[in-house]
Amino acid sequence: MEFGPHLMLAALEGAVTAAVLALMAAGLSLVFGVMRVVNVAHGEFYMLGAVLAFVVAGMAGGGAPGFVAALVAVPLIVAALAVAADRAVLRRLSYDPERTIVATIGILYILQQLALMGYGPDARPVAPPFNHRIALPWIDWGAGGPVLTWPWGLSITSYKLFVIGAAATVLAGLWLLMTRTRIGLVMRATQLDRETAQTFGIPVGRVYALVFGLGAGLAALAGVLIVPIQQAHYLMGGDALLLSFIVVIIGGLGSLPGTLIAAVLIGLSDGIISVFFSPTLAKIIATLLVALVLVFRPQGLMGKPAR
Amino acid sequence: MSALLSTRALSKSFAGLRAVHEVDLDLAPGEIRALIGPNGAGKTTLVSMLIGRIAPTSGAILFEGRDITRLPAHARVRLGMAYTFQITSVFARLDVAENVGLAARRRLGGDRAAVARETALVLERVGLAGHADALAGDLSYGHQRLLELAMGLAQAPRLLILDEPTQGLAEGEIEAFKRLIREVAAEATILLIEHNMSVVMALADRITVLDFGEVLAEGSPAGIHASAAVQAAYLGTGADA
Amino acid sequence: MNARILALHGGLLALLLVLHFVLPVYHHGNLARIMVLACYAIGYNLLFGYTGLLSLGHAMFFAAGMYGMGMPFHHLGLGAELAFLAGIGTAGALALVVGLLALRTLGVAFMIVTLMFSQAFYLMILLAARWTRGDEGLVLAGADRVLFGLDLTDPDIRYLLALGLFALCLSAALWLVRRPFGRVLVAIRENPERAELLGYDIFRHKLAAVVVSGMFSGAAGAAYGLMFGYVGASFAEVHFSIFPLLWVLLGGAGTVIGPFFGVLFMFYLIDISSGLTPAYMLIAGVALVLLTLFAPQGLAGEVRRRWLRWLP
Repeated sequence: MEFGPHLMLAALEGAVTAAVLALMAAGLSLVFGVMRVVNVAHGEFYMLGAVLAFVVAGMAGGGAPGFVAALVAVPLIVAALAVAADRAVLRRLSYDPERTIVATIGILYILQQLALMGYGPDARPVAPPFNHRIALPWIDWGAGGPVLTWPWGLSITSYKLFVIGAAATVLAGLWLLMTRTRIGLVMRATQLDRETAQTFGIPVGRVYALVFGLGAGLAALAGVLIVPIQQAHYLMGGDALLLSFIVVIIGGLGSLPGTLIAAVLIGLSDGIISVFFSPTLAKIIATLLVALVLVFRPQGLMGKPAR
Repeated sequence: MSALLSTRALSKSFAGLRAVHEVDLDLAPGEIRALIGPNGAGKTTLVSMLIGRIAPTSGAILFEGRDITRLPAHARVRLGMAYTFQITSVFARLDVAENVGLAARRRLGGDRAAVARETALVLERVGLAGHADALAGDLSYGHQRLLELAMGLAQAPRLLILDEPTQGLAEGEIEAFKRLIREVAAEATILLIEHNMSVVMALADRITVLDFGEVLAEGSPAGIHASAAVQAAYLGTGADA
Repeated sequence: MNARILALHGGLLALLLVLHFVLPVYHHGNLARIMVLACYAIGYNLLFGYTGLLSLGHAMFFAAGMYGMGMPFHHLGLGAELAFLAGIGTAGALALVVGLLALRTLGVAFMIVTLMFSQAFYLMILLAARWTRGDEGLVLAGADRVLFGLDLTDPDIRYLLALGLFALCLSAALWLVRRPFGRVLVAIRENPERAELLGYDIFRHKLAAVVVSGMFSGAAGAAYGLMFGYVGASFAEVHFSIFPLLWVLLGGAGTVIGPFFGVLFMFYLIDISSGLTPAYMLIAGVALVLLTLFAPQGLAGEVRRRWLRWLP
């Protein structure tokens, strides 16, 4: 394949990564934005989404109905689990930033190891509900002007397009929820000033539980969507956490639009970089980038400096 | 007269708001200078710039003729400036003796005996000798104010900046405080921010009045007391003196 | 030095020496490992427990010590003594660079920056597989593992050397935290702004704490590699940054003796549970959650709070 089509393919693959990443990072960013805590267990909610998708799809008889069942039920199950974790642990720590990180590291291990015990060490796939190969055209400049060609290998599946579409829909829904509804208003009020929100009668405790559940649900949804492309494995949360950290930090902690832009940027560049570089080198560059952004530009590349 | 501490056109704005504007201040060695003014006049902002907690927008600060405008706070302290916080800031989970010990140790180094001696001496002076082993956080508010002062004294500073030291002290404690400051004045220059006018009148050699971030008047206690402009500034903003 | 402090810490070392003669082989070997890992925990605690800086990336210092020792030992044939010093030096240099950058941040950002640097360091070990042999790691030849004429493959010598290193780290930590330097670190942990206005340069003290902590960790890593003959990338993984945090939280942050007991308990807890299930890290997770919820002071911290206020 020539360079141009190659790049286009990488960009398309990157768009799938970006879609899943945007969902996950939006969850992490929401939790950080409203609750001011970093949830290190976020990657495990994503892993649980994938693993439970395998379980639920199997119970519902597999195939398209199984996948739909997983798509609906799994984010809800994981969100409920997260709410329980919030009630049982985070609330008791009064959301102290440092102790919360330590506790969520504990939750990370608990979830990951429970998945290992219950699900086992194998990676397992879930069949996509539909999976048509869609060949993509490329324009070559021939002797007589532009010619439409169909390079071999330049294609995407209908399922991957569905993932991109589904993520975009959910994120648009999240944006509407945050900007157009009462619940969104309450969340933003809590984000701006916890104490004032409390004196105005906002049940901050319940808002926190809701936000934590919503954040985990988004990660789980990303997990469900990815299983037909990448298999479910109990250790898959680590890399996903790292990537969403990168996205959230570069996008500016707690800013949803910044997070989305960064997800697209990182998703695309991750796809493109790993085509041309070794994935390890790409990861080294990415981790160092996060560290250096935090050191030299803590408000994120797209955020505004603090007042 | 060469000043111990001088400021030249010292200014600070927060987001365009002028908190301190072109203040020229000269502290003579050995004097007790009171800095007064209505709430929000910029007193704490001014001394925060002197000690290096916040950076000025423009202007210069000189200590013993040396420009210290760009020095970090700890370096200014090393030159002989000490600062006690308006809002009590002690090491709450350490005992009283260690709080003072930390202040003394920077000067005295690893000499344990000397640090212990100095600590005991200072605690005796401020009247906290009986509380040496208590955790600083367990002290009453008034005692924490005295501990702040003790930490200032233990540094044996040449300039001691006291930010509202008598706030929250009982009447009896205030009398003891005045006696103590008179003693200390023999060793150090004192810049005193104070709301309690009886303390100011009893202690100050000179008074600087700050209003809306600018020096409104400067003079002897008697002169300031008689000044119509000062009266107006205080009355105009609610007379909290 | 205070007699009871001397008695307590000296007593522990004496007990460990006695155990050398009475312990069965299995536990004897375990305790040698525990003592080396306790040096790592003591180093971590200097930063976390005393200075109040929570690093999530200390594995890079442990691994820097291990690889800084192992690479010249394996590839250049450097003697064990110099290789050990090279390990400590490497860790110290890395700590200096990381400290200069990471200390520009505070709190949560500091945790994430250290985590990221450590992850990058781990990935670099994998990337340099030509020299580090990546995941597989380097096995150090037994015949070369001789320190001052002592054969490190002999379990008895290994135990006594581990005890020697532990004694050194324990006394160095005890000395450090009782010196003015250590007192200032505590002051920075408690109230950095106040400490600054007592004339202490906060940044330089923190930087020194990071470097010292990194060198302790590096010494433990170098010793571990040298004694047990293996230098592997798994020691640079995230888990290995979480472990010292766990040990110190369990043993008692800000106590000199606590980290040892943290390592001891956790080591056996994991040892026992890994016999039962492959998911033995579950224990670590549960312990972390329970500790943050119910005993943030840890074992020695609780003892100090309840009974022995003089515990350093």
